[in-house]
Formats: sequence, structure tokens, C-alpha cells
Amino acid sequence: MKHRAWFAAALLAAAAAAQAQAPIRIGAFLSVTGPAAFLGDPEQKTLELYVEKLNAAGGVLGRKLELVAYDSAGDAEKARTFAKRLIEQDKVDLIVGGSTTGETMAVVPLIEQAGMPFISLAGAVVIVEPVKKWVFKTPHSDRQACERIFVDMKARGTTRIALISGAGGFDKSMRAQCMQVAKNHGIEIVADESYGAGDTDMTAQLSKIKNTLGVQAVLNAGFGQGPAIVTKNYRQLSIGAPLYQSHGVASKQYIQLAGGAADGVRLPAAALLVAETLPDSDPQKKVVLGYKREYEARYKSDVSTFGGHAWDGLMLAVEALKKAGTTDKAKVRDALESVRGFMGTAGTFNMSPTDHVGLDVSGFRMLEIRKGDWTLAR
Amino acid sequence: MSAQFLQFLLAGLTVGAIYALVALGFSIIYNASHVINFAQGEFVMVGGMCTVWLANAGWPLPAAVAAAVLLAALLGLALERLAVEPARGASVVTLIIITIGASILLRGLASVVWDKKFHALKPFSGEAPLHIGGATLLPQSLWVLGVTLAIVVLLSWFFGRTLLGKALLATSHNRLAAQLVGISVRRVLLTAYGLSAALGGVAGILIAPITFTSWDVGVMLGLKGFAAAILGGMGSGPGAVLGGLALGIIEAMGAGYLSSAYKDALAFVIILAVLFFMPGGLLGARRTERV
Repeated sequence: MKHRAWFAAALLAAAAAAQAQAPIRIGAFLSVTGPAAFLGDPEQKTLELYVEKLNAAGGVLGRKLELVAYDSAGDAEKARTFAKRLIEQDKVDLIVGGSTTGETMAVVPLIEQAGMPFISLAGAVVIVEPVKKWVFKTPHSDRQACERIFVDMKARGTTRIALISGAGGFDKSMRAQCMQVAKNHGIEIVADESYGAGDTDMTAQLSKIKNTLGVQAVLNAGFGQGPAIVTKNYRQLSIGAPLYQSHGVASKQYIQLAGGAADGVRLPAAALLVAETLPDSDPQKKVVLGYKREYEARYKSDVSTFGGHAWDGLMLAVEALKKAGTTDKAKVRDALESVRGFMGTAGTFNMSPTDHVGLDVSGFRMLEIRKGDWTLAR
Repeated sequence: MSAQFLQFLLAGLTVGAIYALVALGFSIIYNASHVINFAQGEFVMVGGMCTVWLANAGWPLPAAVAAAVLLAALLGLALERLAVEPARGASVVTLIIITIGASILLRGLASVVWDKKFHALKPFSGEAPLHIGGATLLPQSLWVLGVTLAIVVLLSWFFGRTLLGKALLATSHNRLAAQLVGISVRRVLLTAYGLSAALGGVAGILIAPITFTSWDVGVMLGLKGFAAAILGGMGSGPGAVLGGLALGIIEAMGAGYLSSAYKDALAFVIILAVLFFMPGGLLGARRTERV
């Protein structure tokens, strides 16, 4: 009898231990291939690298992490299918992902319905405005990019600008945000051109801008190959006004595609791109340099800010899990919402019930491309 | 105002020349077999991607270009030998569907063998724009226009002066009669596929420094080339060139003076309009269907 009781107790203890050993499942759907591959590819690599590193360091809450990642290929429909699978079949504890705004917005209803903590890696402000209970995001919003750019323009005495934007979700959202905040910064938009998703020649639109009187600077809202073609055409037409790009081009691939034409382009981006040149006193230096070195050592390719968004997403999730002390979804969500002073690659995160990004404009640095590399603009 | 017009015109001519090359590829295969080869755009992609790949691997540009054109031509021959030839005797519609299958296969292979990113090819002779009457032109555009012109001259010599070229033309007029006078229709078909694939490859290489290339550029360029071929008159060589240039200019003017949102739509509106009102195209044969 006594033996039996001991045996039962041992069984129970073993079961409890097994439960403690069950990994924390982190779901991800990313555009690893397709038109937004330059976003999803570094994001996936970053998640893989750091899940591995966290596990090597003993995991989180004494449990290992397990990454369940799918390639949504930039397709909102696929993103929805995979998000559903993550929630219903894989039963993940939280989701980090959604490389593009379109994919993110497609899964938001599912996320809200299932009550799943979700950290998006996409840019547009619509993701967190109005605030959705379960949805957070790590990149700066497009509105903040507009504001940062306008501050820089203003500082250089520019007030009349032309806007050229693509047809994608990010492009359109950023265009709308820029239009909205331009007045607050005393900027007047005197020309507003657009180009299609697969367009290969923007000289027509840029000629119109060139022939518009009084344009002092041109802002291109977009990501992918479009801005690279705009940049090339811009130099071809010898337009003298400075060209500003969005944070959507903050990857080396843009410089490779645009080549020498990219010299002199200014854009707002995270400190990550200029990690080495930051002064030692910069509070961000340690985080961004650490990530940059580890990523580049592992993958032998340049970091991009997009991989940084994934780092921020994963580490915010870990921070929230530790804070909550459990994988209970509601508690993790509450913990996520109460993260303060967390230093990520994009800046300091101060989440609140009314702000699910938690970044301010100061995390954005104004960069200028010189000789095929990023430099801090003066 | 006129400088702006000139700028649009130059942009249109450059893109139009590429459409013309693709359209010529469509026309040659259409002439030889009455098949519309929807894999034509993929040869454009293969030309561009292969050149970028070899150039990145350290090959000198001329060697990379030659190898890429050769690869495109070989793929064209393989398409004929492995997919079209075994289905000889099948209806034209079946053959067209086979080419659609081939195009999906080629696209898939390209995305696996290479990758799904965009790539830029270094311009052949620098990036410093040339200034012409207030408009600017990239040296690469001159390459596009020059090579297209050379190819058109070569092709007209080929069809007008060589036995194989004449055999191709004869087959296009009457396949049975051509066979009866001793023309090997199989050889003609192989030549047609190889030739159009090589043309597509050249187009892909020429345009890669201007518009970048990726595994899926073939879809849109193929469709535009098809629209150009329809506009010029399917099967007519001069028609293909005229159709390509016209389409390029219409697009550039449309984007410049109307809105760039309608740019792609214009090409497809043109296909519909031509098919409705002048099915023979600008320079196509005026045929009447026997009922």
C-alpha cells in the first residue's frame, strides 16, 4: 500500500516534470519568399537564430522555445490560412509575424476572435490604430516616418515637396499619413504621383514632378524594387532636389539595386544600420551592435532593420512571458501591454493600453547613403 | 512641354523595343505552327536571370550574355522536342495549353534554381545619362534600340535570303504544300522555337539593367509582347515591331499625360479593341474565315 502511494506520487511528479518540459510554442507566418522576401527572409533567420540561442541559455520560464514558422509569400490569403493553422492545429502560445501590412490586417480578425497575443512586424499605422486588444507591432509606424522626414526637411529649409508613391498597402498608407501630417509641419505637397506595383519605368511621373514649379524635395513612399527604379530614373532625369525614401528601403538590397544612383538619398531608419558609428554613449548601441554581430556572424550577410523588427518582436514576447510567469494568453497580453523601457533595435518600447507600438520618433535616425553605405546624416 | 513629350517618347521607345522583340518571338512560332507560345515571356526571364547569375559568379559580361542566350535557345528547343513534338497532331488549343504549362514549369524552376529576389544587371556602358533636347536617355536605352534594330535587319535577311528562312515562311503559308516540296517541317519547328527563345533571351538581357529582373518578370513582359503582336497583326514581322513600339509609346504617354494607374490597363484595352474592330491587326493578313 505504501509502495503504491509512493509510486503514484512519483508518477505525478514525472507528469508535472514532463509538463514543465513541454516547449513554449511561438508561431510565425512570414513572407520568406515572394515580393516581400527581403522582409521575411531576415525575419525568419533572426527568429531561428534567437530561439536557438535562448534555448541554449536554458529557455524561458524553464521551458524550451519551439518555433513554428510558415512562409506566407506576401499573400494575405495564405497568411490567413497559416494563422488559422497556428491557432487551431499547432496551438501556439503566441504569434510573431506578418511581414507586410496586408498580411497582418488579414489575420487581425482571427487573432482577436481567438484571443491570441500577436506581435506584427509590419509598418502601417492602421495595425495599431485604433488599438486592437491582442495586436501589437514592433516597427515604427509610417506616420512617424513621415514626421521624421518632415522634421529633417524643415531643418534644411524645405517647405514645398513632391510625393511619389507605389500602389502597395504600405505605400498607400504612408502616402495618406504624410498628407495628413504635412500641414502640422508646415510642409506643402505640390505634386502627388503614383506608380503601379510592377512598373518598370517611372520617368514619366518624375518628369511631371521635375516640371512642377518650386519643388524643393521629393519623397518616395514605398518598398521593394519600385523605389530602386524611382531612384535610378531620378538620377537619369538629373533632378536637383534631394530625394527622400521611406524606412521601407532600409536594406542593402535597395542600394545594390539602385547602385550609384542611391548616393545622396536620405531616409529615416533604425540605428541598427549604423550600429558601428553610433557614439558609445548612445543607449541603443549595445543592443543593436550585439544583434548585428551575432546575425552577421551566423548568416554572413548584412543585417537589415527588418530582421531587427523580428528581434524586437521575439524579445518583447520573451519579456512578456517572463513578466507574466506563465503562458496564459490573457496574462501574456497584459504583460505585453505593460512593457516599459525595453530597449530594442528600433528604440525604447513603452507600451500602454493606448499605444501598442510604444516607440517614439527618437528611435528613428536620419540616414544618408554615401558611397553605397549608410551614414548618419548631419 | 516638348522636352517632356520627348522624354515620354524616349521612355516609350525603349520599352517598346523590348515588347517588339518579344512580339517577334510570338510571331515566328505562330507562323511556323499557328501556336501562340505563352512560354515566350519565360525566355525573357531566363535571359535576364541567367546573365545576372553568371555575371555575379564572375563571368565577363559578353560570355555571360552569350551563355544566357544559348540557354534560352536550348530551353526553346527542349520545349519543342519534349513537349510540343510529342503532342503533334493535337489541336492548336492543346498546344497552347502545353506552352502555358511549360511557362509555369520554367517559372517554378527559376525560383528554385536561382531565387525569388530582384536583381540588377550592371549597365553595359555606364549610367551617365545623355541629354537630348531637354530630355535624358540612358546609354542602356541606346543598346536596347540598337540591338533591336540589328536583330530586325538580321531577321529580314534570314527570312528573305536564306533557305531555312524561306522554308519557315513557306511552312507558315501552307504546311502541307511545304512538306510536299521536301521541307522538313520538324526542322522548321525546331528552328522557330530556338530562334524565338533566343530573341526572348536577348530582350531579357537588354532590359535587365533598366528595369531589374526576377523569376516572375516573364508574365507581364510576355503579356505585353502578346498585346504588341496582336496590335501589329499576329504573324507579321514588321507588324510585331510596329506593334511593340506603338504599345510602348502609348503606355509612356498614357502614364505621362493621363495617369500611371491606367498604364497596364491600356495594353489590354488595346488587345480587346484590336480583336473587336480589326482582328488582323495593323499589318496582319486580311483573312476571311471559310464557314
